[in-house]
Amino acid sequence: MNVNKSLLPLINPLSKDNPVIVQVLGICSALAVTAKLEPALVMTISVTAVLALANVIISLLRNTIPTSIRIIVQLVVVAALVVIVDQVLKAWNYEVSKALSVFIGLIITNCIIMGRLEAFAMSNRPWASFLDGIGNGLGYGIILVIVAFFRELLGSGTLFGCQVIPQWCYEHGYQNNGMMILPPMALITVACIIWVHRSRNKDLQE
Amino acid sequence: MNRQSNLYTIIYSTILVIVVGVVLSVVYQALRPQQLENMANDTKRQILASARIIPSGDQTISDLYSSHIKDSYIVDSKGQKIDSDKDPFEINVALEVKKPADERLLPVFECTTDNGLKYIVPVYGAGLWGPIWGYLAFDSNGDTIYGAYFAHQGETPGLGAEIEKPQFCDQFEGKDIFSKSGEFISVSVVKVGKEPADKAWVHAISGGTITSQGVEKMLLNSLEPYSAFFLNLKAGTPETDMTVSEPVPTFESTETAEVELNSVEP
Repeated sequence: MNVNKSLLPLINPLSKDNPVIVQVLGICSALAVTAKLEPALVMTISVTAVLALANVIISLLRNTIPTSIRIIVQLVVVAALVVIVDQVLKAWNYEVSKALSVFIGLIITNCIIMGRLEAFAMSNRPWASFLDGIGNGLGYGIILVIVAFFRELLGSGTLFGCQVIPQWCYEHGYQNNGMMILPPMALITVACIIWVHRSRNKDLQE
Repeated sequence: MNRQSNLYTIIYSTILVIVVGVVLSVVYQALRPQQLENMANDTKRQILASARIIPSGDQTISDLYSSHIKDSYIVDSKGQKIDSDKDPFEINVALEVKKPADERLLPVFECTTDNGLKYIVPVYGAGLWGPIWGYLAFDSNGDTIYGAYFAHQGETPGLGAEIEKPQFCDQFEGKDIFSKSGEFISVSVVKVGKEPADKAWVHAISGGTITSQGVEKMLLNSLEPYSAFFLNLKAGTPETDMTVSEPVPTFESTETAEVELNSVEP
């Protein structure tokens, strides 16, 4: 039971306290990177890495940070980490960094990161903060991947860039839904996920 | 020390900024050579891709590039080679396309392929959200497109971004950019059902109208100054005249140019 309790920061964000569908954070990037599965997946990995590291650093510094400038300190740490991730990708994995050029920079503006730093890392020990970062990154990623799955499947007829809707469907009049590629459909897909999630978790209903 | 005092806050923020600044500069300096090499390799890959040369196995891009690109030079809008010490590979096409046609430095890369000698030229223009660019390889008749490669900075995925896909690029193979009477007419990017009868065309991307129009404008603007060079090739006159009749436009500040290039082709 004790072990379970210490792992709560890791497990809770996956469903009961999911950053996207319960805390409603990070919606902006959920719209931007979910037209295809691949960027959604790499974005998940990048956000998880930045969030876990930033959580640990802020948690280590939490007793020294002056309250009046704590948001600025958090921002500086996050921005520095994102720039480092960007530079490392450019040097070691140029192809991926090209595909994600804009999205990497967008991590800085991801509300989840600031939200977790302020709400969790500022008042918890480093190990718990690390787990919280991983958990929230993955909780964010699950939603991203689900949304990207439906948007890519219905919008382009592909998954990870491979054609999955067979050609005979198109010959019998099936058409890709171009609207799924546009950002508003991400909101509607997220709303559908929230609907399903709430109806299964009655205690979250208001 | 009182952690809420102004002095503490100022000292804390100063130290934080200095530490972060130092860390970032060290990371930048340490990774810079590798990044520059990646960028140069990426440009080489794009140039080769237009001549339908795709790296395979353990061959590095640089080796492949030097084994295929035997010669490269700069021409002017009259089709004359410019005797410049500038490396054609380093020319910033983004700046050149903004100049009037007769002032541009026009790089040409000669590429030996299994199907004979090809002439590769860069193109650069604007899409819907940002720059688009590419390379076109021409047969040695200076008229027929052998292969095309297009890339973009941030066109809409699934729509305008499709210009980099083979389904779009491959359409250009075998198109002629000159009319039968030898006039430069470029290649049109048109909707299905709107195909012109009198000139070469490719199909636009449905849903990517602005990007498709951008490609058409880019081809027109970037290829037009090469007309004289291509007509010379077409006429079969060898490019031996090295004299320059007009003063060569100087290319200021290579350093700015490189930074610009980096920023438009991340």
